[in-house]
Order: sequence, then structure tokens, then C-alpha cells
Amino acid sequence: MEKVTGVREIIKNNFNSNKGRLMEKVMPKAFLLAASISIITTIGIAFTLVFDAYKFFSKVPFKDIFSTRLAPLASTPAFGILPLINGTIIIALIAMSVAIPVGLTSAIYLSEYASENIRRTLKPIMEVLAGIPTIVYGFFAYSFVTPLLMKAIPSLEAKNALSPGIVMGIMIIPLVASLSEDAMNSVPNSLREGALALGSTKLEVALKVIVPAGFSGIIASFVLGISRAVGETMIVAIASGSSKNFTFDITKSMQTMTAYIVEFTSGDAGSGTLGYYSLYAVGLLLFIFTLLMNLLAQYISKRYREEY
Amino acid sequence: MTNKLIDKRTIFKIKDLNLWYGNDQALKGLNYDINEHDVTAIIGPSGCGKSTFIKTLNRMVELIPSVRTSGEILYNETNIFSKSFRVEELRTKVGMVFQKPNPFPKSIYENVVYGAKVHGIKNKSQLMEIAETSLRSAALWDEVKDRLNSNAYGLSGGQQQRLCIARCLAIQPEVLLMDEPTSALDPIATAKIEELIVELKKEYTIVIVTHSMQQAARISDETAFFLLGELIEAGNTKTIFTTPRDKRTEDYITGRFG
Repeated sequence: MEKVTGVREIIKNNFNSNKGRLMEKVMPKAFLLAASISIITTIGIAFTLVFDAYKFFSKVPFKDIFSTRLAPLASTPAFGILPLINGTIIIALIAMSVAIPVGLTSAIYLSEYASENIRRTLKPIMEVLAGIPTIVYGFFAYSFVTPLLMKAIPSLEAKNALSPGIVMGIMIIPLVASLSEDAMNSVPNSLREGALALGSTKLEVALKVIVPAGFSGIIASFVLGISRAVGETMIVAIASGSSKNFTFDITKSMQTMTAYIVEFTSGDAGSGTLGYYSLYAVGLLLFIFTLLMNLLAQYISKRYREEY
Repeated sequence: MTNKLIDKRTIFKIKDLNLWYGNDQALKGLNYDINEHDVTAIIGPSGCGKSTFIKTLNRMVELIPSVRTSGEILYNETNIFSKSFRVEELRTKVGMVFQKPNPFPKSIYENVVYGAKVHGIKNKSQLMEIAETSLRSAALWDEVKDRLNSNAYGLSGGQQQRLCIARCLAIQPEVLLMDEPTSALDPIATAKIEELIVELKKEYTIVIVTHSMQQAARISDETAFFLLGELIEAGNTKTIFTTPRDKRTEDYITGRFG
């Protein structure tokens, strides 16, 4: 058993030459720097929002903010934010009541029932849905879904909360389905075998073993979906209109926080006016909303994690 | 402690080694010498610190956060814990084979020459020579010589493990650490690895953790019995297996516990 000559010498020289030692020291710092870019940006955004939102809050008393009257351009402007929060939550709820059931069931199908071939074709097609620009969804909601719904609900207004809610839900399906499917797919096969060997049916395995085991990932996909729904702008700006009424009637027009920002940045609010600063207040609220959502997601996924 | 032959050089000298995982002490005051060209078997029940011990020899144990050590391990008279000692260089000299074969998802050839390439060997013909010699030494050459460029995952478990051994040999270490290298393999593949170990000890020093008493008896020269982080008894394998001094060693090797 002869050895190749010179190998050990090259290795030794390589170590002695200290080649790459600098890299070994510098690279982790570069990686850290890259990672901190997003953190610094977040802090920057939060700072701008808080700074300008403060100007708004210092001029408008809190009592007026938590009212249902929103009329930023009236001669006596009112900045009640409840209509926007209401609109945002209702449309997000409609969206999630479409996205969660459809997304989760298609994830179960893809992960537990679909053959490898079907999965390989279906998943990319579904992910194409996620790639469609949201403004196209907006058109779709306004010029196709709303007229369709009008046939069933004659009292439906041309701009309403229901249609963009449903379309937004359709847009979020692939997100929920794809992430939930990943979560279920990463459950080890040994768990499936264990349950099947005890005489469980495929459905029992899917619902009682795989879904609970992948629960934290599934919840994470839901919360990401909600964040997406809360932050979604174009669909609601087009199909839900800009009514600032406080209403729970989903056949009527509602405005979400994002749509409010769109309406104002596209012209009406001059820099320095109260209406202009109200944008930052709404932006800050959105920011806090999604932040809370993420914290909630983390809490849930930790609390319900099944270790395997 | 052991009846060593005078002409054998000590390669590892372990002096009062303690190791903690957080607050749990996993190794307690070990003193032990490992000789060149010996196959040293480390035996003991699960959780006794065998794997921890063998991983300490190339400092792989430090990958686990919250690990603390005290004491010394002298490798060729140098303390491996000293600051001036480069851990990467240590690991090129003290190679390791893991419980489950862990080839890279690359071709067989790329797996074998990975280490050599990382450590600066560029010459193509030299790399090919290294690949062939290492695969021959690992008794794998004849089985794979016609498909060096196919993926390593196409090999059987036993072949993958021998590929991992070849991968270590390619950078010409002095010592091979093996952490239950046959526990994931069938008896035939195990027999091949055992034959290989006996062959390899002519060139290398081998420290092997094993759960199989028979394996220790078949292939090792020295045996060390660990229990709850302590080295209970160590010495010539024949002596340990025929006339153990400690009652606990006897109980373990006769299968009364563990």
C-alpha cells in the first residue's frame, strides 16, 4: 500500500502559507454586514414612519383618531382610522376564508395523495398563480368577478369588499398551499409508516399525524398569507373603491389602509399638510400590524411545534 | 496501565481530560495513552462518553455549543488545545469516519479528492493518482474504477462507507477515528470494513468506537471500557476479554448489562 508522494508536504505548506486565513477572518464580517443591511433598513423605515407619524399624532387628539369618521379633505378634516382598520380586517378575513381552506386542502392532496408525476406538474402551475402581477388580479376582480357576483347578489355595488377579498384569497392560495406542502413533505416518512402500520387509513394519517406534525409550518404559511392580505394594495385600490364609511356590509365599498395611502400619494395631499402626515400614521399602523402578526406566528409555531 | 511493547510510539497522550456539556460532565478525569499502529477499540454502553471521547481527539466535539474541556491531549507531544495549534491542520492528520456514511452529493472521484483539493493540490495527474491509491487502500477501486464520475449516492451503504474511508486516506492522515463505522451496515459490508481496518493499521493508527463486543475482540489490539464518562479499564484486548480486572467490565462484556 504505497502512498502518493508529496501530498503531506503540499498540505503542510498550504497551512504554513496562511493562504485564505485572511478570508477566514474577513468573510464572516462581510456576511454579517450583508445580514445587517435588512435590519438597518427596517430600523430606517420604522424611524421615518415614527418621526412623521409623531407630527400627525401631536396635532390630532387620540379621541379623534379612534372614531369612525374619516374625511381628510373636508373643510373640517376628520381622521378617524376605524373605517380603514375595519376595511382592512374584513377584506383580509374574506381573503383568508378562501385561501386557508383551499390552500390547506390542496397542500394535503399534493403532499399525501398526488403521485410524484402529478405533484411535479401541479406545483409549478400553482406557483405561476403567485407570479401574476397583483394589478392583473385587480382587473380580474373588477371586470370579471364583480359582474359575476352581481348576478347572485343584485344589491352588490360596483366597488365592494367581497370581490377583491375573494380574488385576494385566490392570489394567496399558492402561497399557503406551497408552504404548507413543504411543511408536510418534510415530515419524515417513518411517522407515516408508523401510523399506517397501526392500521390507520390514509386520511387518518394525513389529518391526525401529518398535519399536526407539520403544524408550525402550516400556521406560518397562514400568517404569511394574512400579512400578504393586509399589505395587498392594487386589488383593493381597483376593486374596492375609496368609500370611507364605517360599515360591516361586504357588498359595499370599503377602503383599506393600503388603498388610503395609494389614494393620497397619487395626488391629493400636499407635503406638510395634516393629510400628508396621516399617511405616515397609517403606514406606521400597517407596520405595527404586520410586526404583531409575525410575533404571533413565532409564538404559535413555538408553542405548537411537534418535535421530530 | 497497559502492557505495551517498548518499540511502540505513543501518538495520543491523554492527561486528566474532563469534558462538560453545559453542567453535565460527560468525561471524567481520563488518563490514557494511544499507541501508533494499534487498533484501539472503545467500548461501553450508550451514553457512556465513547463518542464524545473519540470526537475530542480531533476536536470535532467543539461543534456542539456549550462544550467545555479541561486537561490535555498531547498529539505527538503537542497539546491539541493550545492556541497555536490549528484545528484544521489537526483534522487533516486525525481523520474521521462517521456512524452513517456521509459522502458528498458529488461524483465518486470528486468525493475522494475533495480534501486534497481544499488543501491546495491542483495537479490533475496527481489528483488522479491520489484517487486511485486511496480507493485501492480502501478496497474499493475494483468496484468503482469504471464509474468514477457517477454519483456517490449510487453506491451501496458499505461502499459509501469505504468511500468515506478513502476520502480520509486521500489526505494521508496519521490517525483514523471511526465512530461505530459499521452500525448502519449489513454483516457482509461489516466484514469488509473489518478486514480493511486490519489492513489499514499497518499504515495508520485507528481508534474505533463500537457497540459490538465481537468486533472489538476480532479487530482491536487495545480495548478501553467506558462507563458513565469514566475510563473503567483499558489494556490489551485479549486480557480485557479473558481476564478483566474490574467487575463492571466483566458484567458488560459478558452481556449482563448494557
